[in-house]
Amino acid sequence: MFGASFGVLATAAGMEALPALTMSATTFAGSAQFAVASVLGAGGGVAAAVAAATLLNARYAPISVSVAPAFEGGSLRRLAESQLIVDESWAISRRRDGRFDRRVLVGAGLVLYAAWVGGTAVGVLGGESLGDPAALGLDAAFPALFLALLVPQVRSRRALAAALAGGAIALALVPIAPEGIPIVAASAACLIGWGRR
Amino acid sequence: MSAVWLAVLLVGGATVLLKAMGPVFLGGRPIPAQLSGVVPLLAPALLAALVVTQVVGGDREIVADARLFGLAAAGVALLLRAPLLAVVAVAALVTAGARLLL
Repeated sequence: MFGASFGVLATAAGMEALPALTMSATTFAGSAQFAVASVLGAGGGVAAAVAAATLLNARYAPISVSVAPAFEGGSLRRLAESQLIVDESWAISRRRDGRFDRRVLVGAGLVLYAAWVGGTAVGVLGGESLGDPAALGLDAAFPALFLALLVPQVRSRRALAAALAGGAIALALVPIAPEGIPIVAASAACLIGWGRR
Repeated sequence: MSAVWLAVLLVGGATVLLKAMGPVFLGGRPIPAQLSGVVPLLAPALLAALVVTQVVGGDREIVADARLFGLAAAGVALLLRAPLLAVVAVAALVTAGARLLL
């Protein structure tokens, strides 16, 4: 269902079916894909869209490091299975002792992947039959979605401070910087965590 | 190559590498200690920036319009622990309704 919302909103933001589907198949990470669709849809450049999405996905570096001991086999198998790491499959495969269950991660990842790509296809078809995105209020769907993705990320006071600082940086830059730049610049807010554990 | 395809391929490639970093490239080594405080804060900072730019962002100006009502409704839906699709649908419906009335 979440995949369908990406298909609908990406189409509403002006993305065509094939790139939207390719993105779901290769990136397989909701927030980064929504970021690309919304930045490009708002007229931002490729560099800003790619930078924002890659910084959003930077969280997968420590996540993939945390599950690395559970993986087995050769490099190709590790590469293929590592692509099934998403926030949900990572969370669900975490055992009580803090280690990770590879079979749960891969199983959940496969189900989520099929639902994500299949949902995108359905959403793209549905999105193309919709009328004017603004009349339907779809331009407000993006900020609502980002808010819904933000809330579970704010689990500590430091994360709350980073969110407030990031929002403030973006707000200050919207009137003076080209589209997309305020979002990328807001990533500087993460520096309040520099050198801390 | 169009801008959309370029962005799709670059983000796809970067994400493949990020997800493979632990299992394929680092082989059990941890990431540098200084970065371990910074990286978890990237997603909250960027998502907050995306909320702000998507709700009041215009063409180099801050615009207050019906989207604000939609976002407020989404906030209420989140407080009521509504599922994600319901949150998004409520935001769209309230915004569309506000546009009709304003």
